[in-house]
Amino acid sequence: MRQIFSATFAILVFLVLWEVLVWVNDWPNYKMASPSDLWPAFWRFKGLFLVYGWETLWRTVVGLLLAILVGSAIGMLMGLSRFAREGLYPLLVGFNAIPKATVVPIVALIFVGQHDLNTVLIAFMISFFPIAVSVSIGLSTLEPEYRDILRSLGASNITIFWKIALPKTMPEFFGALKVAVTLAFIGTNLMEIVSPHGRGLGALFDSGKTNSDYPLMFAVLISLAVLGIGLYYVVIVLEHFIAGWAEREID
Amino acid sequence: MKSQEEHGLIRINNVSHTFNTSSGKIRVLDKLTITVPKNSFCAIVGPSGCGKSTVTRLVAGLLQADEGSVWLQDQKVTSPRPVVGMAFQNPVLLEWRSILKNVMLPLEIVPNDLNMSEREARARNLLELVGLSGFEEKRPSELSGGMRQRASLCRALVHQPEVLILDEPFAALDAFTREDLWQTMHRLRSEEPFTGLLITHDLREAIFLADEIFVLSGRPATLQHTEVLSKRGQKNLDDLYSPEASQTLNTLREQIKIARQHEGPLT
Ligand SMILES: Nc1ncnc2c1ncn2[C@@H]1O[C@H](COP(=O)(O)OP(=O)(O)O)[C@@H](O)[C@H]1O
Ligand SMILES: [Mg+2]
Repeated sequence: MRQIFSATFAILVFLVLWEVLVWVNDWPNYKMASPSDLWPAFWRFKGLFLVYGWETLWRTVVGLLLAILVGSAIGMLMGLSRFAREGLYPLLVGFNAIPKATVVPIVALIFVGQHDLNTVLIAFMISFFPIAVSVSIGLSTLEPEYRDILRSLGASNITIFWKIALPKTMPEFFGALKVAVTLAFIGTNLMEIVSPHGRGLGALFDSGKTNSDYPLMFAVLISLAVLGIGLYYVVIVLEHFIAGWAEREID
Repeated sequence: MKSQEEHGLIRINNVSHTFNTSSGKIRVLDKLTITVPKNSFCAIVGPSGCGKSTVTRLVAGLLQADEGSVWLQDQKVTSPRPVVGMAFQNPVLLEWRSILKNVMLPLEIVPNDLNMSEREARARNLLELVGLSGFEEKRPSELSGGMRQRASLCRALVHQPEVLILDEPFAALDAFTREDLWQTMHRLRSEEPFTGLLITHDLREAIFLADEIFVLSGRPATLQHTEVLSKRGQKNLDDLYSPEASQTLNTLREQIKIARQHEGPLT
């Protein structure tokens, strides 16, 4: 309750400061929109916001799910086999080092017109790396005693994985997922903005730009922020239920 | 065939072992022979790094010796077998499980015909025996170091293993907690039928808990001395201050001194 109150308060203060800043400097609409311009912009395009918001959301989530699947698989491979770790790590790091902004036009060209595939692919590519790394670190840093306790009872590697390695990796996994969810979101929007005749909030942003409709662009930014916060908190709630045991009481 | 009492429930027979590491070969055990009679409690002491933990891993079947053989209940050890229970210096409890569920873990792995409520009853029973009743639903991090080690002992015993292997289980505890746990060990021994193998660097601990003490030489370890204690089984703390105990302590100290000289140059 107190958390919700302080969060709402912080947001209100932010909006008031923003409004005052625009008002004091007497910035016109095309330089910097103020919060009071946003609501009309939302209202005018409310149908589009709903449809495009949904597009952005589901593509991000699908990209993220792919990233979880593939990232965990790569992470398991690297975490459980030293050979795979030494082989794959440089490749992964190199892949991750490529700025995704340069990959976006390439992917857009390869799968021209396939907006959903394009977008999901970028969301996936940008977000699987932290998941793979965290899972591999979680698995490879499992203290040998944990393994020995079960191995000495005759447990198979699969049993050890399910009973110990996997649950023990969950806190790291969720730490990475919180980063990945934001990254996937960035990926989706990059593609939506770049891809011609695209859909999603990114495309709405782009059309705001083409039409010099600054309040619309800011309204898109705000709705992106809202979606981002929503996704992030979904991850937090999941973490609480699945890896809540790793939370420490602070006060 | 001789009985396992005299013949040995655990027999380490002329075992040599060498580890291949990136910095070269480390010869850890050299023709080591140790026999632990059924229902006895034996301690192994020796300089650190001499190969004591390696011995426990061989007995547990987690490691195969290069030369020689290890026998458990007249069967050659070639892989892990659920007749073994283990506890280490690190209690390795699983934080996502309650203490009760931690203790029940081996019963989920070792084949047994207990149903859920029987498993739970068995675990609760052991927890009570070590003085942890009331803590069943706690998380490991909510317990003190000594309590965690007690829970770890319960987990090592819950599936009624023939052999309990303890690798420096009390080393990280403060002196008073350690003495409490020594007494808990004796209580467990009087209630649970197991053969014990304890690794320790605390000579008083070895004297208090063990019936027989093996002193290993420095690396590569071989059996340097066997001390058979006159007082076996149940003991109380005052016994540690008896003249015989001091005598034994002195002998062991001398032996450790020799063992450390035996050790090759530091690698
Ligand atoms: N898996 C392993 N690989 C390589 N060297 C090892 C391994 N396990 C132990 N050693 C080495 O063998 C020696 C004995 O180890 P250990 O049995 O743990 O000694 P202790 O328990 O007596 O302190 C040490 O020098 C250690 O570094
Ligand atoms: Mg050791």
